[in-house]
Amino acid sequence: MMIYSEQLPILLVILPLFAAILISVIGVFQTRYCYPVAVCALIGSLYAAAGVLMQVLENGVIHYQLGGWPPPFGIEYVIDHLNAMVLLIIASVGLIAVIFSKESVKQEMEDKIPQFYTLYVLLVTGLLGMTITGDAFNLYVLLEISALTTYALIALGEDRALLSSFVYVIMGTLGACFYLLGVGHLYIMTGSLNMSDLLTILPNLYTSDAVLVAFILIMIGIWIKMAFFPLHGWLPNAYTYAPSATSCLIAPLMTKVSVYIMIRIMFSTFSTDFVFKAYTAQNLIVWMAVAAIVGGSILALAQKDFKKMLTYLIVAEVGYMVGGIWLANRHGITGAILHIANDAMMTLCLFLVAGIIVYKTKGHHLDDMKGLYKKMPITMAAFTVGALSMIGVPPTAGFFSKWYLILGAIDAGQWGFMAALLFSSLVNAILFFRVIEIAYFEPMSDHHADGHHGVPAMAIDEAPFSMLAPLVIVSLSLIVLGIYAGDIVTNIIQFAVPIGI
Amino acid sequence: MKTIITEYNYWIYILLMMIGLYAMLGQKNLVRKIIGMSIFQTAIIVFYVSIGAKEHGTIPIVEHGHGASSQAINALHYVNPLPHVLMLTAIVVSVSTLGVALAIILGLHRRYKTLEEDEILEQI
Repeated sequence: MMIYSEQLPILLVILPLFAAILISVIGVFQTRYCYPVAVCALIGSLYAAAGVLMQVLENGVIHYQLGGWPPPFGIEYVIDHLNAMVLLIIASVGLIAVIFSKESVKQEMEDKIPQFYTLYVLLVTGLLGMTITGDAFNLYVLLEISALTTYALIALGEDRALLSSFVYVIMGTLGACFYLLGVGHLYIMTGSLNMSDLLTILPNLYTSDAVLVAFILIMIGIWIKMAFFPLHGWLPNAYTYAPSATSCLIAPLMTKVSVYIMIRIMFSTFSTDFVFKAYTAQNLIVWMAVAAIVGGSILALAQKDFKKMLTYLIVAEVGYMVGGIWLANRHGITGAILHIANDAMMTLCLFLVAGIIVYKTKGHHLDDMKGLYKKMPITMAAFTVGALSMIGVPPTAGFFSKWYLILGAIDAGQWGFMAALLFSSLVNAILFFRVIEIAYFEPMSDHHADGHHGVPAMAIDEAPFSMLAPLVIVSLSLIVLGIYAGDIVTNIIQFAVPIGI
Repeated sequence: MKTIITEYNYWIYILLMMIGLYAMLGQKNLVRKIIGMSIFQTAIIVFYVSIGAKEHGTIPIVEHGHGASSQAINALHYVNPLPHVLMLTAIVVSVSTLGVALAIILGLHRRYKTLEEDEILEQI
């Protein structure tokens, strides 16, 4: 029993990896077993992630050596409070979205079920591996695993998905290459790839130009990956035209995991001394985050497509988190880390709603939502919770992270960032009340009946149970996360904020 | 001038990288973009391989490694194998990226009968 619990960190990553192989083999013979295998593997991962979090809460940081090789030579998994939390988020979002995917995958790509589930669990493997690893090069490999699977998953989508996916291939490769180049510079200077090893070697080299170049290259690489404004060009189309089941997984997780990697590089490879004191880009980056928030919100306001509107909101949310971390004070970083958890759940909630709407009406235009409150009350109630959380109405989760971010902005004297946060809340309020108005007050138009999408208005009703259950769970979790926000901060996040801030 | 001659490998990598970057972002033809992507990734491989290389260094296999008479090893005599090994992984990654990109291009060509980005955008 003892040995088994010691092995949880590797089980977390290995289970979905083996499931991917198993699904691709089973899929040749029997496509109907693909879904249960994927669900089982992700339940296993979630169990392991919860176990790892418990261990971290009890005993502190876990170091797991792969193959028993000691750290600077072998690859090491390091789990502290921060990534234990992120791992739990990834595992739970992965599980919820896979349960949801059953009907939607059947409808959208009946002939590609094994391929979809293979890629899906492989993507979860990549995300979990990226989060758990303590090795800079291992991170690159898993970054590419998750990127490659994402390209393929997006390309399975509607007509325009192919071109969007191609643009993403080009931009994603560029981002990963910049990261790799930065790691190369660090390796030249230090001769090490292990993050904690780098943390101890680097302080003597902080004045070196090569280390500065390495830091800038890594940051730009990660920013391309997380779609930080103005490097966000690839994201909206790719996430809009992806199959619903795909966007339910990638929209909540990809950007959030990239933000996590940024935190890891900034505080666990470099240190606060270097990032915030050795040179002064801090103001510039906070203003870039302001641009991201304002730009993302305004672009979202201009959209007539529900899914595309949500993707621009993701761009704005990335600005929240990057800005919060670069505020360089305890409140700002706490808010940003809390927002990783909250935003993953909010985005998941809204994309699950989008998935149900696509499943029922075959479209994701705002006009497709007319009269939906009457036709599917449970879905739309969950949507309302998600929307309120996005706007930041207490007691939903979105309020609390925004509260910490605003406190951080006041502490740092960054009034521009505070104004951007308030502006974004206002825009979110306008956006979502416009959607609610369309869905609640406008009568079901002939739009559905004219055969444009081939779904008559009468046929639209509440979604099947396998889609509703995940949605209801997620929307309740938004309220639960909000109520327990204080406990999350005192038990987990305060240990994740670097010492000396 | 001296640095250009003695460190020519780094200049080659920068040149390759710029060619790749231009092709990825400046070209309208999708195949050219992919070729650019491949050149870009190769440039990084050149970079890594050259940071491991040493003048007059030999292959990193230690003679008498397991012998009773263990000798002191002078690292200067051996090429650093780690960056080269890392690049095996990076090559695998770049090949699979190329594969995915080509598969997507095949799909695009099947649907739009062209590989020019602006012509595809017109049809959308």
